[in-house]
Amino acid sequence: MPVAVVANTVLICAGGACISAGEKSVKQVFEEKLKEFALDSVVRVVETGCMGACNLGPLAVIYPEGIFYQKLTPQAAEEVVVEHLLKGRPVEKYLYKGPAGEVKAKAQEELPFFKRQVKIATRNLGVIDPTDIEEYIGRDGYFALMKALKEMTPEQVISEIKASGLRGRGGAGFPTGLKWDICRRNEADQKFIICNADEGDPGAFMDRSILEGDPHSVLEGMAIGAYAIGASKGFIYVRAEYPLAIERLNIAIEQAREYGFLGERVLGTDFSFDIEIRIGAGAFVCGEETALMASIEGERGQPRVKPPYPVESGLWGKPTVINNVETLANVPPIILKGSEWFASIGTETSKGTKVFALAGKVRNTGLVEVPMGITLRELIYEIGGGIPGGKRFKAVQTGGPSGGCIPADYLDVTVDYESLKELGTIMGSGGMVVMDEDDCMVDVAKFFLGFTVDESCGKCTPCREGTKVMYDILEKITSGEGTREDLEKLKELAQFISEASLCGLGQTAPNPVLSTMKYFWDEYVAHVEEKRCPAKRCKALIRYVIDPERCVGCTACARVCPVNAITGEVRKPHEIDPEICTRCGSCMEVCRFDAISKVSP
Amino acid sequence: MPKIKTLEDLMKIKEDAVKELKLREAGKRGKVIVAMGTCGIAAGAKETLKAIVDAMNELGVEDVAVVQSGCMGLCDVEPTVEVALQGEEPIVYGHVTPEQAKRIVEKHLKNGEIVSDLVVKRGQV
Amino acid sequence: MKTTVDLASDLYKQLDEYIDSLKGKPGILINVLHRAQEIFGYLPDEVLEYVAEKLDVPVSKVFGVVTFYNFFSRKPKGKHQIKICLGTACYVKGGDKIFERFLEELGVEPEEPSKDGLFSVHPVRCLGACSMAPVVLIGEKDFYGRLTPNDVPSLIKKYREG
Ligand SMILES: Cc1cc2nc3c(=O)[nH]c(=O)nc-3n(C[C@H](O)[C@H](O)[C@H](O)COP(=O)(O)O)c2cc1C
Ligand code: SF4
Ligand code: SF4
Ligand code: FES
Ligand code: FES
Ligand code: FES
Repeated sequence: MPVAVVANTVLICAGGACISAGEKSVKQVFEEKLKEFALDSVVRVVETGCMGACNLGPLAVIYPEGIFYQKLTPQAAEEVVVEHLLKGRPVEKYLYKGPAGEVKAKAQEELPFFKRQVKIATRNLGVIDPTDIEEYIGRDGYFALMKALKEMTPEQVISEIKASGLRGRGGAGFPTGLKWDICRRNEADQKFIICNADEGDPGAFMDRSILEGDPHSVLEGMAIGAYAIGASKGFIYVRAEYPLAIERLNIAIEQAREYGFLGERVLGTDFSFDIEIRIGAGAFVCGEETALMASIEGERGQPRVKPPYPVESGLWGKPTVINNVETLANVPPIILKGSEWFASIGTETSKGTKVFALAGKVRNTGLVEVPMGITLRELIYEIGGGIPGGKRFKAVQTGGPSGGCIPADYLDVTVDYESLKELGTIMGSGGMVVMDEDDCMVDVAKFFLGFTVDESCGKCTPCREGTKVMYDILEKITSGEGTREDLEKLKELAQFISEASLCGLGQTAPNPVLSTMKYFWDEYVAHVEEKRCPAKRCKALIRYVIDPERCVGCTACARVCPVNAITGEVRKPHEIDPEICTRCGSCMEVCRFDAISKVSP
Repeated sequence: MPKIKTLEDLMKIKEDAVKELKLREAGKRGKVIVAMGTCGIAAGAKETLKAIVDAMNELGVEDVAVVQSGCMGLCDVEPTVEVALQGEEPIVYGHVTPEQAKRIVEKHLKNGEIVSDLVVKRGQV
Repeated sequence: MKTTVDLASDLYKQLDEYIDSLKGKPGILINVLHRAQEIFGYLPDEVLEYVAEKLDVPVSKVFGVVTFYNFFSRKPKGKHQIKICLGTACYVKGGDKIFERFLEELGVEPEEPSKDGLFSVHPVRCLGACSMAPVVLIGEKDFYGRLTPNDVPSLIKKYREG
C-alpha cells in the first residue's frame, strides 16, 4: 500500500466533549477551506479520539510540527487554514497560553497536564485514526497477538499477565492473570470472554474514549485473553448511550476479520475466535457481571448470588471471563513489552497506570492517565490546575455511586487500590469529580442515593427498600426537617444495607453517605440543628436577597426571573419575595452589580 | 482470505503505516519545505510535493519531515523547495519539477550532496 | 384510514426482516426491542405483543424486560427529545437547575411530551462530555455544553422555529 501524500495532518479531536463544543462545524470549515485552496489532496484531516484536554475543546493538533490549537471556532479554522497551512505561520491567538499569557505552541510537550501523564491504555488516543486498522498496526498494534499466538503457550500468556500485577480496572481490582488462570483450569466444551463496556458511573467517560479512539486495542486484548483461557467467542457489552463507540467497534471488528485477526484460524493458527457486540439498555446494575450476563442472554439484568463465579459458570452456564475495557487495553502492551516493564510502574500492590476522567470544579477537566501512586494533590493541582474562580477545594469524589468523598486533609494520600479503600472510598472505574466550597456534602450524598434508588434492580429488599428509606431521610434533612435521631438512623441503615444486600450495588450504595458523614459531620449537624446549609446549596434552607446598597435598579433580575418574584421600580432597589421565589438562581447570574446573594440562616 | 498470517505480513503493513505516522512526528534530522503559496501551486508545487513524498517512500528516507510553507518570495523560480538539514545551511532549489524533485531526494536527502545546478539561494531565506 | 394501516404494516415488515436476519441466535430479545424502538419511535403494547408472538416467548417476559431497562419507552416522545445530563459532573455544575428550567418553560412533566408534541424532557446520566458540564443533548446529535438556566428559553425558541 503506497503511503498517502500528506504534507500536513490535522488531527481533530472528535471525543464527546469536543463534539459538544462544536467540533463538527470546525471540521467542516477545515475541509471546505482546504478544498478551496486546493490543499485537500496534501493536507489530511483526521478525526481522533479524546486528546484528554477536554475543557479546551474543540481541539486540533497540526503535524508534523505538533502545533496545538484550542477552543476553535469555524472562523478560527478558516484562519488556521489560510495562515498556517497555506502560509506556514501558526496563528498565535488560538494557541494555548500559560498562566502568564505566554504562548505554548506545543502544549502537548510543555504543559504539566500532558507531561505528567504516562500513557499505556490511552497510548493511541488522539494519535491515530480509529477507523484505520493500519494506523493501529503502525503503532505496534496486533504484534502482541502475533507474539502470543506464535511464540507463547496459553500458560505463558497467563503467567506474563500474572507477573505484571495487572488488576481489574472496572472497580474491584481483582488480579487479571489469576482470573484468567482459574477460567483456563475449568474444563468445558465452550468458554466466553466478555468486555464490560457498560460504564455506568455517571461522571466517567474513560472507557467510552478508549472505545471511540482506539477500538482495536480492546479487540486485541480480548483475542489474547480468549487464547489464554481457551474461549472461541467474545461479547462486548456496550451502553446504548454510546452510539459512536458502537459504530467504531463495528468498523474495527470488520477490519480485524478482513486482516485475519478475528475469525477462523486466526493468523493461520489453530486458534479461532470472533466477537459480537451486545447493546445495553440503560440499567446501571447491568455493569455488575452476573447481571450483565443475564442481559446478554436477553433477560432482565438482575444479579444472582455468587458463587458460582462467572469463571466457573457464566454465560449460558459456561466458564466466562469478564474484563473491563481499560483492563483489556493494557493487555497488548504487557505482552509486547513484558511484565517487568509494566510492573516497574506504580506501587507495590497497584501496578501500572490508571485513567481518570477529571471533572467538576477543576481547571483542566478531561482524561488523564497517571502512574498508580501519584498523590491526589499532584493530580488535582499540578495536572488539574487547581480550583477555578478563586474557590476553596472541598472534596474529591471517586468511585461514583459506590465510592466516597475525600476531604482536603487527605490530599497527599497516594492513589492506589488500598489507600483509597482505607479512606472509605474506592478506585472505582475512574470518575473523579472535584467539589468546591459551593457544594453541599449532604446534598451530594442525597444525589448518589437518588441514583441507587433509581437503579436498584429490586431483587432484594434491603437494597430496594433500604436505599429508599435512606433517601427519604436525606430529603428530610436537606429540607430542614431532620433531627439528630435521623442521623443515627442513617448510620444504622447504612450498616444494614451493606451487609444484607445481594450484589455490589446494594453493598456499596451507602458509601457516599458513610464517607461524607465521616469527614463532614459538622455539615450534617448544621442542617439538622441550625437548619442551615453551610454551602448554601439546599434550596429549602436558603433565600436569595438583594442588597439595597448595591442594587442600582437596572431591572435585569426582574426580567429574567421565571416566576416574577422580583419587584421594584426602575433605578430603585429591587426586592425578592421569598414566598414566590423558586431558588433557581437565574437572577444572581445576571446581576452585574453583585447585589444578589444567597443566605442561609 | 485473511491478509495477514505471518510476522512478515504484519511488519510490512507496519512499515507502510509508520511512514505515514512519522510524517506527523517532530524530532527529525531536518525538513524539506515546499512553498505552497498560490503562485507555487499554480506553478505545479502540488505535483512536486507528491513526487518528493513518493521518492522518500521509495528510498526509505524517513527521518526528514516534509513541510509546506507559504510563498517564499521567489515567485519567478517556483516551484521552490528548501532543504534544511540539521547542522547545514539551508538550500533553496528553484524550478523543481517532479523529476528534479526525485533527484533532490536521492542526492541531497539520501547521500548528502547538494544538487548544485538547481540551487537558487543558500543560507537563511 | 387505509394509509396508516399500510404505514404500520410496512414498519412491521421492517421488524420482521430484522428478526429473520438474526435467526437462530440465542438471547436476541433485547436487540429486537432496540430495533423495534428505532422503527416505531417507542414501544406500544401492540408491538410488544407482536414481538412476543414472533419470538415465541411469553408476553409477560417481554413486558418484564421492557419495564426493567430505562432505555425502552412505552410512551410516545416529543419530536425533539431534550436529554438533560444529571450525572455527577453536571449535577455539581448545576444540571438540576437546567432541568427544572426546561420543565418550567415547557410546562411539562419529565418524559411527557409537550401539548404540541414538539418536545419531551428526559433526565439522563452522563453523556460522556463531563468537561463541558452542564450538558444537554437535543435529538441525536446536537450537544450543548456549559449552559446556564438563562440559556434555556433561547434554546427552546431555536427548535420551536427551526
Ligand atoms: C453495580 C455495579 C456496577 C458495575 N459497573 C461496571 C461498569 O460499568 N464497568 C465495569 O467494567 N465494571 C463494572 N462493575 C464491575 C464488574 O462487576 C466486574 O467486576 C468487572 O467488569 C470485572 O472486570 P475487571 O476485573 O477487568 O475490572 C460493576 C459492579 C457493580 C457491582
Ligand atoms: S443489591 Fe440491589 S441491585 Fe443488587 S441485587 Fe439486590 S436489589 Fe438488585
Ligand atoms: S432565584 Fe430564581 S425564582 Fe428566585 S428570585 Fe431569583 S430568578 Fe426569581
Ligand atoms: S473530547 Fe476532545 S479532548 Fe477530550
Ligand atoms: S436589578 Fe438590582 S442590581 Fe440588577
Ligand atoms: S456528568 Fe454530564 S456529561 Fe458526564
